[in-house]
Amino acid sequence: MTASLIVREHGTRRAPGRPRTGSGRLTARRQRPGLWFALPAAALLLVFFAYPLATSLLQSFFSTKGGESTFVGLDQYARLFRDPLVLKSLGTALLILVVQVPIMIALAVGLAYILNQAWVRFRSGFRLIAFLPAITTLVAYSVVFRVMMTTDGGALNQILGVFGAAPIDWLNNEWWARVAVIASITWRWTGYNMVIILAGLQAIPAELYEAARIDGAGRWQTFWHIVVPQLRPVLIFTIVTSTIGALQLFDENFILTGGGPNNATLTPVLYLYKIGFQQFDFGYADAIAWMLVVLTAIIAVIQFRILREKP
Amino acid sequence: MATELIVTGRAHRRGIPSRARREPLLRRIVLRSPVYLVLVIASILSLIPFAWMVIASTHKTSDLFVTPLPILPGGEFWQNLGRLQESVGFGQVMLNSVLVAVLYTVFSSIISVMCGYGLATYRFRGRGVLMGIILVTMMIPMQVLLVPLFQMMASAGWIDSYQALIIPFLANAFGIFLMRQGFLDFPTTLIEAARIDGASELRTFYRIVLPVARPQIAALIIYTFISQWNSFIWPLLMLNSEDKYTIPVALNTMIGLSRVDYSGLMLGSLLATLPLFILFLVFQKQFVAGLLGGAVKG
Repeated sequence: MTASLIVREHGTRRAPGRPRTGSGRLTARRQRPGLWFALPAAALLLVFFAYPLATSLLQSFFSTKGGESTFVGLDQYARLFRDPLVLKSLGTALLILVVQVPIMIALAVGLAYILNQAWVRFRSGFRLIAFLPAITTLVAYSVVFRVMMTTDGGALNQILGVFGAAPIDWLNNEWWARVAVIASITWRWTGYNMVIILAGLQAIPAELYEAARIDGAGRWQTFWHIVVPQLRPVLIFTIVTSTIGALQLFDENFILTGGGPNNATLTPVLYLYKIGFQQFDFGYADAIAWMLVVLTAIIAVIQFRILREKP
Repeated sequence: MATELIVTGRAHRRGIPSRARREPLLRRIVLRSPVYLVLVIASILSLIPFAWMVIASTHKTSDLFVTPLPILPGGEFWQNLGRLQESVGFGQVMLNSVLVAVLYTVFSSIISVMCGYGLATYRFRGRGVLMGIILVTMMIPMQVLLVPLFQMMASAGWIDSYQALIIPFLANAFGIFLMRQGFLDFPTTLIEAARIDGASELRTFYRIVLPVARPQIAALIIYTFISQWNSFIWPLLMLNSEDKYTIPVALNTMIGLSRVDYSGLMLGSLLATLPLFILFLVFQKQFVAGLLGGAVKG
């Protein structure tokens, strides 16, 4: 969600010099309706966002285990650092971040680049097919992948078997379970990112390609020296969105592996769910949640830093 | 906001100009066939899970794990549907999902449109604060609210009710932000003209602004609908009775059964995807804009 802030910087269509709102001249009396328009949302945000947010921060300084609430200071946060499962869940997020996101973005850029070439036939059809996974419900596609990844006679192993591969124990082996999660997420989100990148590609003025051609640049030179730098904001946007997605991963892992085997695919949110709603250790769950808030904020800051400096 | 990224009407003119005419035919074929090969492979990978979903939901569970796999749809669709209805009451489950998503979409969209318009058009007191809250809401992971909202719902006695699914998330910061951005681009001369003609603020909004903003609102509606339709973790926490389950929660329950009805599961997944697929086919432009949450402005 942070990502939309980038759009605000780059995607604004307001003409320069045009005032932010057209009604700066209105008298105070005529400004009042604005409050009425905004009031329902403001009230709801106060009750269902600001208030629970404050509660959760407050509660993270308490221990609620055993039904009684006792003030424990920063103990819950200290627990985070000692808890091997927190480390493990962050490890999963990091793995997605370092392995899955680069693979997915590379695939998305490649596909978008190909599907932006004027000579490619059936481009609309290929784009539609590549985008199709993005319309599936997270739980539904995870269910389909889970069934396809059944070890004995599952569709995936049978397809691989045609090429001579031995059956793989996708969901019960620690490393294959990670591969399974990475493959599933890549299937679901590549087309989505492709469409965003495609929009970025189409915003590159044709004159740039023309100029590169006149200067005698080859295909690869054009790609690396024209396309990639021009795509920079869009690429940062997709990478940041995917990073935040990796931190907040839940549905896929919950359905595919339940975080197993041996917590190999445990994610921070899955762990939060288990601590909060299976062990009902609310204070600690809140601390895990605020760890996510801090990590997301760090990513947001890094994103703004990178965006501000010119390449 | 309208994007033509999937179906390219005019867009082909924006494609990278071809170098083809300068290259001999043989060289062209050699250079281009790998590209088509990549596209065909990518398409097959993209389509296999869909194909398998359709095939598997029309076969018996026992036929889904035999060698060789069935590659054509079978004739067990109605039996699977019947079993799905029998085991989890899937008809009711689908109705629940539609009801929750539609109610949520209607009210949340109204609130987003109104707030977005208010923020973009007027300079009332507290506007900056509200804008700040909305930006913060967008940046903060929603999961931080799980525990405190759960407690709020528990003490309000709303657990296992639909208001718990709908009301806490009615003010959707992202939707509001999207609408505000949209209304900032709204031609102010139209609003001024309506005011000079003596129209009330509400009438101006209703009669002048809403009709012009229709494409953006359509994207918002689709975005809102999808987000509720796909919502999983919150309904999972809130709903206890099976007859209130939404589709994702029901699918999750079916996985946990001691004897998993695999073809039923695949049919359920198919039915979960079908409404979105239809929405996508009918409202392609708004669907893409809505799904990407305004990430792409055409």
